[in-house]
Amino acid sequence: MALAGIFLMLFLVSHLLTNLLMLAGDEGKAFDQAVELLGHPAVKIVEYILFAAFLVHILLGVLLQLINYNARPVKYKKAPRTEISTFSRYMFHTGVIILVFLVIHLINFFFVRLGWAPLPEYAEHSHDFRSMAVVLFQNPWYSGFYVVCMLFLGFHLKHAFQSAFQSLGLNHTKYTPAIKIIGTLYAIFISVGFAIIPVYFLFFYSS
Amino acid sequence: MNVTLKIWRQKNAQAKGKFKTYPLQDVSPEMSVLEMLDYLNMQLIEKGDAPVAFEHDCREGICGTCGLYINGRPHGPMRNTTTCELHMRAFKDGEIIYIEPWRARAFPVLKDLIVDRSSFERIMHTAGFISINTGSAPEANSTPVSKIIADKAFDAAVCIGCGACVAACKNSSAMLYAAAKIAQYAMIPQGKVEAKERVDKMVRQMDAEGFGFCSNTYGCEFDCPKGISVDFIALMNREFFSSKVCKQKHK
Repeated sequence: MALAGIFLMLFLVSHLLTNLLMLAGDEGKAFDQAVELLGHPAVKIVEYILFAAFLVHILLGVLLQLINYNARPVKYKKAPRTEISTFSRYMFHTGVIILVFLVIHLINFFFVRLGWAPLPEYAEHSHDFRSMAVVLFQNPWYSGFYVVCMLFLGFHLKHAFQSAFQSLGLNHTKYTPAIKIIGTLYAIFISVGFAIIPVYFLFFYSS
Repeated sequence: MNVTLKIWRQKNAQAKGKFKTYPLQDVSPEMSVLEMLDYLNMQLIEKGDAPVAFEHDCREGICGTCGLYINGRPHGPMRNTTTCELHMRAFKDGEIIYIEPWRARAFPVLKDLIVDRSSFERIMHTAGFISINTGSAPEANSTPVSKIIADKAFDAAVCIGCGACVAACKNSSAMLYAAAKIAQYAMIPQGKVEAKERVDKMVRQMDAEGFGFCSNTYGCEFDCPKGISVDFIALMNREFFSSKVCKQKHK
C-alpha cells in the first residue's frame, strides 16, 4: 500500500510539472515536447510499473477496507468520539472519488492516445493533449468537476504522505515532524497545482 | 446527581443483545464509574433483576481488566484514564450515558459488557517473552542498558492490555497493543536476541485473530489510557520488514 502509494506520489509530481508546461505561454510547445517523451521506451517501462502501482494500490485499498469493515461485525450505537483527523477517517472514500476521476481522465486522454476512444474533432492528433484539455477545461462543468476532484486528491495526500512513512517504519523523533509538514505542503502543491490549470483555461485564456 | 444509563445487555455469547435504559438517582460525583455500576447492580439485585456483568479487578488503573466504551470513547471522556479511574464528576447532572462493550470480531461479547480478550493472550503466547533459563539473578552491570533506552522500553511496557486501542480504532486493529508488546523487548539487549522471530510470530498471530489492519488514524494513541505512542507501531513495522528481509531459512 505504502510503497505503491509512494510511487504514485512521485508520478503525480512528474505529471503536474508536465501539465504546468501548458501555462508556459509558448502556445504549448514545451508541453508538446514533454508529451513526445511519452513514446520513449524507458517511459513505456515506467508506464507499466505505474499501472501495476495503481492496480496494487486500488486492490489493496479495497481489500483492506473489506477486512477492516468485517473486523467489527457489531458497530457502536454511540457515534465514536475518538479524535482522529478527518482526512485519515475518509481515506477510502476520497480514494473512490479519485478512482472515478481516474477512469474519466483515462477515457478523456489516455484512451485517445491508445486509439481506444475516438479522436475529438478539435484535436490534431492522438497526442494533442493540450487541445483536448483546453476544450474540456472551457466547459465550466468539467472544470468544476476537475477542481473538486483535485481537492479530494489533496485530502487523500494530506494523510497519505506521512502515513506511508509510518507504515514503512520510517519514523524519527527529529524528522517525523518535518515529514508531516512536508506532506501537508506536498498535498497543497499537488492539489492547487492541478486545479489552477482548468481555472486558467476557463477564466483567463482566449485562443 | 442523576443520570440515565443506556447499557448493552446480552445474556450470553449466543444471545442477541440490546440496550436497556436505567435511570439512576442520587449518584455521588465522587463515585468511580465502576462504583456507580455497583450501585446500580445493588438496586437491580434488590429488585430481583440480573445485575449488569462487567469486568474489574484492581480498580487502580494498572490491571487492564476494566474497559467500557462510554459515550463513544473507550474508557470514557477523559484521556489517559481507565474506566475504574473515571469518576462521575466527569459527567453532567442529567446526562444520558451510553455504556457498550468493546466491539471487535476478535473480542466477542461473553455477557453484557464483558468481552473475551484471549486473542491478546494468544498473541503473547506465540513469542511475547524472552527465552532465558531462570536461576540466580545475573550480575546487573554485565549487560549495560542506557537510561534513555530503558525508559523508552518502559514507555511500551506500561501497556496493560485493556484493549482500548482496538476499541478506539475504526478498523479494530490491534497494532498498538502488538507494537507495545514487541517494542518493550525489541529495544533492550535481552530482547534483541529473538527480536526477528518474535515480531514475525506475533504479527502473524495478530492477523490470524481477525483484527483489522492499521490505517494510521492514530485513534489508538488518543484513547490509550497509558498514553502509548504510535511511534512504537512504526518501530514494529520496521522490525517486521527487517525480519522479512533478513530472515534465514532454518533446516
